[in-house]
Amino acid sequence: MKFSTSSLRTVALGLPLVISLALAGAASAKTYNLLNVSYDPTRELYKDVNAAFIKQWEAKHAGDKLNIQQSHGGSGKQARAVIDGLQADVVTLALHYDVDVLYSVAHLIPKDWDKKLANNSAPYTSTIVFLVRKGNPKKIKDWGDLIKPGVSIITPNPKTSGGARWNYLAAWGYALRLPGGNEAKARDFVKKLYKNVPVLDAGARGATTTFVQRGIGDVFLSWENEAHLAINELGPDKFEIIYPSVSILAEPSVAVVEKNAKRKGTTEIAKEYLNFLYTEQGQDIAGKNYYRPRSAAALAKYKANFPDLNLFTIDEVFGGWAKAQKTHFDDGGEFDKIYVP
Amino acid sequence: MSASSQSSIRTSLTRPFKGPFKKRSVLPGFGLTFGYTIFYLSLIVLIPLGALFLKAFTLSLPDIWATVTAPRVLASYRITFGAAFIAAVINLFVGLLIAWVLARYEFKGKSILDALVDLPFALPTAVAGIALTTVFSVNGWLGAPLAELGIKVAYTPIGIIVAMVFISLPFQVRTVQPVLEDLEKELEEASATLGANRWQTFRHVIFPVLAPSLFTGFALGFARALGEYGSIVFIAGNMPMKTEITPLLIITKLEQYQYAEATAIAAVTLTISFALLFLINYVQWRNRRRYSL
Amino acid sequence: MSPSVFSTPDSPSAAAARARAEEVANTPSGRLRQAVGEPTWVRRLLIGLALFFIALILLVPLAAVFHQAFAKGFSGYWEAISSPDTWSAVKLTLIACGIAVPFNVVFGVAAAWCIAKFDFKGKNFLITLIDLPFSISPVISGLVFVLLFGAQGWFGEFFIDHGIRILFAVPAIVLATIFVTFPFVARELIPVMQAQGTEEEEASITLGANGWQTFWRITLPNIKWGLLYGVVLCNARAMGEFGAVSVVSGHIRGETNTLPLHVEILYNEYDFTGAFAVASLLAFLAVITLIVKKVLERGVRSEIQEIRASKEGAV
Repeated sequence: MKFSTSSLRTVALGLPLVISLALAGAASAKTYNLLNVSYDPTRELYKDVNAAFIKQWEAKHAGDKLNIQQSHGGSGKQARAVIDGLQADVVTLALHYDVDVLYSVAHLIPKDWDKKLANNSAPYTSTIVFLVRKGNPKKIKDWGDLIKPGVSIITPNPKTSGGARWNYLAAWGYALRLPGGNEAKARDFVKKLYKNVPVLDAGARGATTTFVQRGIGDVFLSWENEAHLAINELGPDKFEIIYPSVSILAEPSVAVVEKNAKRKGTTEIAKEYLNFLYTEQGQDIAGKNYYRPRSAAALAKYKANFPDLNLFTIDEVFGGWAKAQKTHFDDGGEFDKIYVP
Repeated sequence: MSASSQSSIRTSLTRPFKGPFKKRSVLPGFGLTFGYTIFYLSLIVLIPLGALFLKAFTLSLPDIWATVTAPRVLASYRITFGAAFIAAVINLFVGLLIAWVLARYEFKGKSILDALVDLPFALPTAVAGIALTTVFSVNGWLGAPLAELGIKVAYTPIGIIVAMVFISLPFQVRTVQPVLEDLEKELEEASATLGANRWQTFRHVIFPVLAPSLFTGFALGFARALGEYGSIVFIAGNMPMKTEITPLLIITKLEQYQYAEATAIAAVTLTISFALLFLINYVQWRNRRRYSL
Repeated sequence: MSPSVFSTPDSPSAAAARARAEEVANTPSGRLRQAVGEPTWVRRLLIGLALFFIALILLVPLAAVFHQAFAKGFSGYWEAISSPDTWSAVKLTLIACGIAVPFNVVFGVAAAWCIAKFDFKGKNFLITLIDLPFSISPVISGLVFVLLFGAQGWFGEFFIDHGIRILFAVPAIVLATIFVTFPFVARELIPVMQAQGTEEEEASITLGANGWQTFWRITLPNIKWGLLYGVVLCNARAMGEFGAVSVVSGHIRGETNTLPLHVEILYNEYDFTGAFAVASLLAFLAVITLIVKKVLERGVRSEIQEIRASKEGAV
């Protein structure tokens, strides 16, 4: 019952291939479709990953054809779509919590999903950095400079954006780990920081546009890879990246949506696909797209893009995602208290 | 919607209800068309909306009350209703002005102007949103000069009002314009002959005839602006308590997997929309009856 | 009234002309004319103000779309328009419109027939229900279908288990489109049919024609302009719907993206030229719609005038 609009296009594009396959006599050729539901800033990464994986996979399975479809959007929104029935074979989302709800709300994945792959099922990492206008006119060097009066900060809404939650937690963690830092001081710091935020976009990409295109804000709290991408796409003469003294280790998680994959008969391919992210080739693609690779070799290769940073993890400072989500981002949590007295 | 009100005001055919459910008629097809109307209406509109209310009532009544009266939700009603009201008031004047000029005066390029009025209706709201944000942000064509004057439009409540004025303007113009075109010149002439000046004529002769259509346009535009989402999210800035509109809050609740809470807020806005529309239809119906007497 | 305010030149003898005008104004008929129209300066002011507002509110954003679309010249524009993803979005948009509009036409005709030709209780209530999708937030319009067909919804499990995809596939996009464009055809036809009255149909029935014959030969020719007008409005709204479709689409690139969603995607990929190019395509379609609408409007007007004239003649 699926009206596929892409089928015509697929036919048009795939026709030469089909003809050549038919000539080769590969009558048993099968086509597999894989849907990767991901978050906003990974568009460029998975474009490269998919091309490389398809090439490798089709070479191994002569005659068969693999299509990988992509869906991008805010991380939380994407997780909800999968819960509501978007037939994702794999999810590659911004944070552990957004994948975990696939288990806790809908039981689409097993409870121990994060143990299925190495490194907490996060094949690459990233962190939060500052993107400022060229020449850094407001002299922003570290988190402490953000709460100065007159500094305007762009960051999306943590309730709807995964990246924004990392921003928020990075700021909180910074204040907490200052000498003499405690919960009350951290709360106060984050509150002051959000007083300097003039626009709360729903997603990371919307916030980038606000900062870059609309010219609003002095500093943009950004994924490291987004900051590099913004500079590449929109002009190295306009922006520069500032690395703060300390930041958070962001681990974007991936998982096979087992219930969906089983129904579609794509479990093996989906597993292979995620494993591919851990291969040297996959790690190299991640590094090239400004995600910090887990592999030492790939990390060394792109060293210039990844300055050493003092990174803390969410587990050591916040006791894991579930707890952080509940304390800070649920209704009535710390974030709401900033705006609702 | 334009032609509907246009001709509904012109015509005078609603007869008073009397007797049984349906008055006798020699025409066939009532059963078929009425049945199909109800069937299709139920399938597309009523059942889905019923699902919404049922979902909302999976919460207990106190929970529903707490959800729809939380401070942030109340703030979103204030901003949504406030901005929609201000936009409708602005359109009351701008719409009347444009309708008056289009109905009464002849000038070059009038037909282009007339066609342009419907642009917001035909232009997708997302396109309108990014276009308005581009124009009104501090580095945009209009935003830059306004910022010099110290007025920020994009990412403030003013931005929300601008977007709402944009999307609801056609409704005000198109409900008033046909009434103005139909207004009998003789009445105004009689008024003038009796010694009234132009303003008095407008105040005492034209305005009373226009009033119902002004109200209808106002209410239609208001109702339309209340629900608007696509164009506003781009330009609003989405700050909790300040520039967060109710539809955005519904989306935010959804993203947090709080379906029941989202539907509870949706049910509130839905009820208000229905009440508004019913009021409009009632006023139009009353008005038609008065003219048919 | 002078045919064109703008063409009235401001001659040096304006003062003399004004004096003459005042003279004329003092005659009874002149006073009358002046009292029914406005002084030239008021007229000019009003027209100027109207032009100013339309330029400010409507024209500038439209110009901005085209300006941004051609920021990288025509080749950049063409590149964005001719990409396969854009074309698959065009196709999906056409499919959604192609299904939604005919459905709503059949409904619109049926609803207009029973509402305009018959009297029954609760008519206002029924009309209000038909109007309802017009003022519902698109977000809610999308949400209701998630509640029904989502995996957590009432029918979701059933359809998914049977391998039928509704949500995040074409059927839900079509449903959401039907929902948001629901009132348009009906709301255009009801007043036209009401204006028409029932005499002609009654005569036809009395003379022995059956219902279908009467509808095809008497009613349809009378309402054809109104019907076309409703179709144009319905189609314009169907092409441009964003909010509701966004909730049910799933944003699968090349598969469940309509044109307005594709604009957002391109925008989010920093392809601003591409986003505005596709937006300009939609704006262009909007302008075409306005032209068609303008032509049809004349038809609708003459339709109603004819009806009126024949009625007055009959009386």
